[in-house]
Amino acid sequence: MTTEAAPPHGGAGPAPAHPSAEEFTRVQQSPEFAELRSSYRSFAFPLTVAFIAWYLLYVLLSNYAGGFMGTKLFGNINVALVLGLAQFATTFLIAWLYSRHAAAKLDPKARAIKQEMEAGA
Amino acid sequence: MSAFPHPAPHLTLAAGASEHRPLIITLFGLFVVATLVITVWAGRQTKDAADFYAGGRQFTGFQNGLAISGDYMSAASFLGIAGAIALFGYDGFLYSIGFLVAWLVALLLVAEPLRNSGRYTMGDVLAYRMRQRPVRTAAGTSTIVVSIFYLLAQMAGAGVLVSLLLGITSDGGKVAVVALVGLLMIVYVTVGGMKGTTWVQMVKAVLLIAGALLITFLVLLKFDFNISALLGQAAENSGQGSKFLEPGLKYGKDGLTKLDFISLGLALVLGTAGLPHILIRFYTVPTAKAARKSVNWAIGIIGAFYLMTIALGFGAAALLKRADILASNKAGNTAAPLLAQEIGGGAGSTGGAVLLAVISAVAFATILAVVAGLTLASSSSFAHDIYVNVIRKGRATEKEEMRAARWSTVVIGAVAIALGALARDMNVAGLVALAFAVAASANLPTILYSLFWKRFTTQGALWSIYGGLISAVGLVLFSPVVSGKPTSMFKDADFYWFPLENPGIISIPLGFLLGWLGTVLSKEEADPQKFAELEVRSLTGTGAH
Repeated sequence: MTTEAAPPHGGAGPAPAHPSAEEFTRVQQSPEFAELRSSYRSFAFPLTVAFIAWYLLYVLLSNYAGGFMGTKLFGNINVALVLGLAQFATTFLIAWLYSRHAAAKLDPKARAIKQEMEAGA
Repeated sequence: MSAFPHPAPHLTLAAGASEHRPLIITLFGLFVVATLVITVWAGRQTKDAADFYAGGRQFTGFQNGLAISGDYMSAASFLGIAGAIALFGYDGFLYSIGFLVAWLVALLLVAEPLRNSGRYTMGDVLAYRMRQRPVRTAAGTSTIVVSIFYLLAQMAGAGVLVSLLLGITSDGGKVAVVALVGLLMIVYVTVGGMKGTTWVQMVKAVLLIAGALLITFLVLLKFDFNISALLGQAAENSGQGSKFLEPGLKYGKDGLTKLDFISLGLALVLGTAGLPHILIRFYTVPTAKAARKSVNWAIGIIGAFYLMTIALGFGAAALLKRADILASNKAGNTAAPLLAQEIGGGAGSTGGAVLLAVISAVAFATILAVVAGLTLASSSSFAHDIYVNVIRKGRATEKEEMRAARWSTVVIGAVAIALGALARDMNVAGLVALAFAVAASANLPTILYSLFWKRFTTQGALWSIYGGLISAVGLVLFSPVVSGKPTSMFKDADFYWFPLENPGIISIPLGFLLGWLGTVLSKEEADPQKFAELEVRSLTGTGAH
């Protein structure tokens, strides 16, 4: 397995570069980094608010809308169970959406900045 | 559907277990031997601090996802949720949902930035921009408190459960079981470090999933894969009718229990991403992308497992007598092993004995893997945050640091054994939910503010860690979890005035509020250069360890 193939001193391969404090500040204020940050935040933050709200809605419905939750849909399957399973489905969906977004939009930008900084340090 | 198949009359677990004790002990023994071999092998490859704390950072996303699942799915999830569903129907399933959804907080906000900017502990990230000594002390304190609460619940539960599964009834026997579990976890961690612990957790996750799949398949087979029929029989057999399939049996009693449920829900969903033993697992992979993959695997594995709790819990409700579940363990913690025995052919049958032994061994593996992860998290934090960075002011050699980590493992393990033995007859199930509440109140606000809020200061960090920690622990101390009710830890004492069992609804907002207030009232300003460094590192992985 991979642990066996590991170099004796684990870590990120060659010793990481140490760009200066000024370098970090310069990069942080660069348009490339601003783009990466906004691409991350504008995706992750609203989605976080949304799934927490959706989860709390479910908790509140369980608490205060017992009649609605107990409505039978087919056989013994009621609204409560379907909404519970929907929480599973949305969790899987959001994980997939975020990973797709990260791979397409975030990883290339992050890699470019990292390479530039570590080469220039 | 036919009426209940095999209504076994004497289905107490201790009786079933004592007949088949040799088989159960053999399986326990096999697991112990296998994990000790892994531990020794891992120990030989543990050379430096990165190996000990972070398993050399060479695990793949899949391996780590498996280990995260093994670290996270404690006996509380496996036995506790199955039991809660078996007794309270739908309300038990609500736990599964909170425990799963919580992973999105870790995925979207915490895992990758933490991997990119930290080294070994949660304190690395919290203290990054701050004055090291006070913030490391706070982070170490909160790590140890959360882990000890969690550990205490697991240790005491292990004593009760393993004794029950082995048919041990004497007090001395229960203490011996707790001590054995404690000794094993000390060996796993001191010898194998993070590598050994990770492999133990992976093995356990595979066993747990395989065991759950087997029982789920057999339960569904019994109902011709008709979920509606399974639910129908569970509802009928529970004596509650369709109420059993609706929310409210456990939390719907009155306004207070409903409030308690909201409080619990908040703690579950916000606590996971602040649990130190989960957070340190993100350091075992080489990159942030691998950390993301780990969480995705964990969400898939944990989600699949929690879906199976529907079959396990409702299956137990449908096929077992409620009185038998309660007679075996009042909290329902043995519903899953009992179900395994029943589904294998009932008490006294070979099939029943084999399945009971298998599921008991899975439960044993579950406990051991989780306590090892918790011990590692607290000893890492003590050694790295408190010993090296506070006591030695960052001037300790790697050798000294690893020695400190191993010794603190021994000390924390000993403390856990002592507490677990003392608490063996207390009802400690509530402590897991408390650990989540403390993590959500003390750790999560500080992690999020540190990563995303430019102005956040040392004072803000200290206020939110200590404020969240003290309010969560304090409220629980004066809650019915600790005193005043027959289900309390100290049944005979009565000093409770806080009516809820879970403090989250007060302490989580308080943790966030105090972090903000401490910051805006600070005399010192946040260091913009430090924030620039943390922000760039956390989002790009530049200079990551």
